[in-house]
Amino acid sequence: MRRYGLRGVAVFYLVAVLLGPLAMVFYRAFERGLHPLWSSLTDPNTIHAFKLTLEITALAVPVNTVFGIVCALAIVRQRFPGAGIVNAIVDLPLALSPVVVGLMLFLLYGRTGWFGSWLQGHGITVLFATPSMVIATIFVSLPFVAREVVPTLRELGDEQEQAAHTLGASGWQTFRRVTLPSIRWAVVYGVVLTTARCLGEYGAVAVVSGHIEGKTETATLRVQDYYENFNQAGSYGIAIVLAAISVIVLLAMTLLRPKEEIA
Amino acid sequence: MGFVTTFLSLVVLLPIAALVWTSGKHGWHEFWTVVSAPEAVAALKLTLGAAVIVSALNAVLGTITAWVLVRDDFAGKSLMNAVIDLPFALPTIVGGLTLLALYGPASPLGINIAFTRTAILLALMFETLPFVVRTVQPVLLELDREAEEAARSLGASEARVFRSVVLPNILPGILSGVALAFARAVGEIGAIVLISGNLPFKTEVAAVFVFNHIQSGDQNGASAVAVVMLVIAFLLLLAIGGFRYLATRHERHA
Amino acid sequence: MSIEVRNVSKRFGSFQALDDVSLDVDSGSLTALLGPSGSGKSTLLRIIAGLEQPDSGEIRLAGEDATVVAPQKRGVGFVFQHYAAFKHMTVRDNVAFGLKIRKQPKAAIKARVDELLGLVQLQGFGHRYPAQLSGGQRQRMALARALAPEPKVLLLDEPFGALDARVRAELRTWLRKLHDETHTTTVFVTHDQEEAMEVADSVVVMNEGRVEQVAGPRELYDAPANEFVMRFVGEAISFDGDLIRPHDLEITLDAEHGAREAQIERIVHLGFEARCELTLDDGEQIAVQMTRTRVAELELEPGQIVLVRRPGVRIGRELPNVLG
Repeated sequence: MRRYGLRGVAVFYLVAVLLGPLAMVFYRAFERGLHPLWSSLTDPNTIHAFKLTLEITALAVPVNTVFGIVCALAIVRQRFPGAGIVNAIVDLPLALSPVVVGLMLFLLYGRTGWFGSWLQGHGITVLFATPSMVIATIFVSLPFVAREVVPTLRELGDEQEQAAHTLGASGWQTFRRVTLPSIRWAVVYGVVLTTARCLGEYGAVAVVSGHIEGKTETATLRVQDYYENFNQAGSYGIAIVLAAISVIVLLAMTLLRPKEEIA
Repeated sequence: MGFVTTFLSLVVLLPIAALVWTSGKHGWHEFWTVVSAPEAVAALKLTLGAAVIVSALNAVLGTITAWVLVRDDFAGKSLMNAVIDLPFALPTIVGGLTLLALYGPASPLGINIAFTRTAILLALMFETLPFVVRTVQPVLLELDREAEEAARSLGASEARVFRSVVLPNILPGILSGVALAFARAVGEIGAIVLISGNLPFKTEVAAVFVFNHIQSGDQNGASAVAVVMLVIAFLLLLAIGGFRYLATRHERHA
Repeated sequence: MSIEVRNVSKRFGSFQALDDVSLDVDSGSLTALLGPSGSGKSTLLRIIAGLEQPDSGEIRLAGEDATVVAPQKRGVGFVFQHYAAFKHMTVRDNVAFGLKIRKQPKAAIKARVDELLGLVQLQGFGHRYPAQLSGGQRQRMALARALAPEPKVLLLDEPFGALDARVRAELRTWLRKLHDETHTTTVFVTHDQEEAMEVADSVVVMNEGRVEQVAGPRELYDAPANEFVMRFVGEAISFDGDLIRPHDLEITLDAEHGAREAQIERIVHLGFEARCELTLDDGEQIAVQMTRTRVAELELEPGQIVLVRRPGVRIGRELPNVLG
């Protein structure tokens, strides 16, 4: 009896909070028919928004992947004092509000910011332009690859790498032939999480982008834009595209998940 | 190693320094005045209050969900397990929109909580749902089931077995998840911005406060509240580290 | 408390763990459930404890039907192979657990815990945590914990399996002594026939979910009910179409009727005894067990060709006709 009760609670919780609303989004998007949906999605600004989102993601993911791997190697393999602090700093983006991140960048690169006058003097626009959005997205999606690789590296132990060294392999060779293949799936899983985070970023880019339609709007910002301009079909339309991508991401996560999580 | 420190300094530490410096540049007194302005206080109170409620709910519901996923077996369990990660995969703004679809104006259920504090709670529950579940699951899997059987053979009722044998061992996991959920709840904006209406003193959370004050050019106000949020984030990270340490304390005695 | 097992069957998926098993355990006895992996012995023990439910059949404890009674209420003490220690509690708290459940007064609990810690020789370890104890100490703690609420039956599931040989031997002796003092009905599971023979009054040999034989150690060795029991309990070799024990064979240098030629491959000295491994004239490998004195008397060496014979059937004990 107790078992059914618990099961019921869990299922109700998930349906009420997750599945029910998700289903409604798909319904709403198609509610008024295909035409308003299609015209919103093919609007040039919307297409630009999707492109911009993908561009930013395409820049941020590789950067954070390289960083994540290098950082994990440093934390796990090189026992140095302060590894704990590095770990904490890397974890910070998980705990910090993206709006605060946006503000920090604003204070650095804005006109009155630390680099403001220097950038202006050299004609470089960071804020209200793509560069700041890329930096913001890198910040918020920083931890994922590192966090996935660190435990895997720890579990692996460095015996294999030591063996490679005794066999004459250089540092880079060892990395490429021994370490990298062993952490491959952790990296892939981390990349999936990073990509999802980049695609979904809102708070930080909302601050630094200036919301300039057709120029600095990402897909997520456009969802808000449409909604606040009463274009429901448009906002739900973009939402289901993003949701569909998320479901694919979810599938990838489920298939690649490193450990067994259900008995 | 050098690469790591350089990169981190550029990307993370420098911005933090800028924030801390800006909020403090007029001195402590000025900072305190700004931070204790009524609107700021209201936003912080609302945010922290909501975070506490949501974290507590997550502690219970998340543990139940993890328990069901690990100990129970039924058709659709794998699907249920996969779905848990949805808030991680879905953009937050879409998350807010989905809640609006079901619980906002034109809700098919007739429940309209848009522009209320309940909406904030709901949005936060959505975004923080996976945290406790995912931190408790691996711990539950690792539990020594025989210890529970031993307790039963010694006469302990099921409730007692849970209280005396299971709970002490999963508690660090629950607390880690709660801390992560709390951190997320304090910082959330995307899921809230559409559904809450962002009414100052009523449904304006700290993150929205910061955003609005950046837009209106009030860097001081924004920075002050932002620094408070930064400090909270750091404290939570420390707590999570502490819980991790706690979790292994019984193994380390030897 | 006596235990009666009646027609108990249990299957896990497609695996039949127990197949219509019936058994009686006398009150106050020390019984071993002996068998190879997969024989069903642990499953049977857990069913007696109430940690598993049989698909069919009955368990009676002290004459009362206990088949559906929860483990909490059976009054059985259970000891697990891997200790199942409450790792977040001290040794004292572990041992006291059953007493706290029964809401006994603090002073009484303290006295009983002290008594038990003394019994298992863990006095002074009360405030440590299980992680700080060795395997043998942990198992002693587990025993004390199971004994604390004065169970009517003590069940042990391969209790010494995770320990090294020396500790195992010590605890075996200790368990026997404990039983002699307390006379609690005790059933333990083991795959180690030496352990069963050394410790138990009565041995239940199990194989593939069935009981093969129930007997005292001596009878089991001398009068095995079938080939499986004979091979499992002690060593068995086939000689001249019969299955016999290595020490029922004799090595001789004089030609005799019935003696067969064999070449010594190896002589293994096992302390007091010696064991000769030989190959018979037809290529079959056998072993003969004898005292080292005898080996010295005959001046046996590897490579030597000798004669092997079986002294006549001993009076009063028939060898089983196990090979057709």
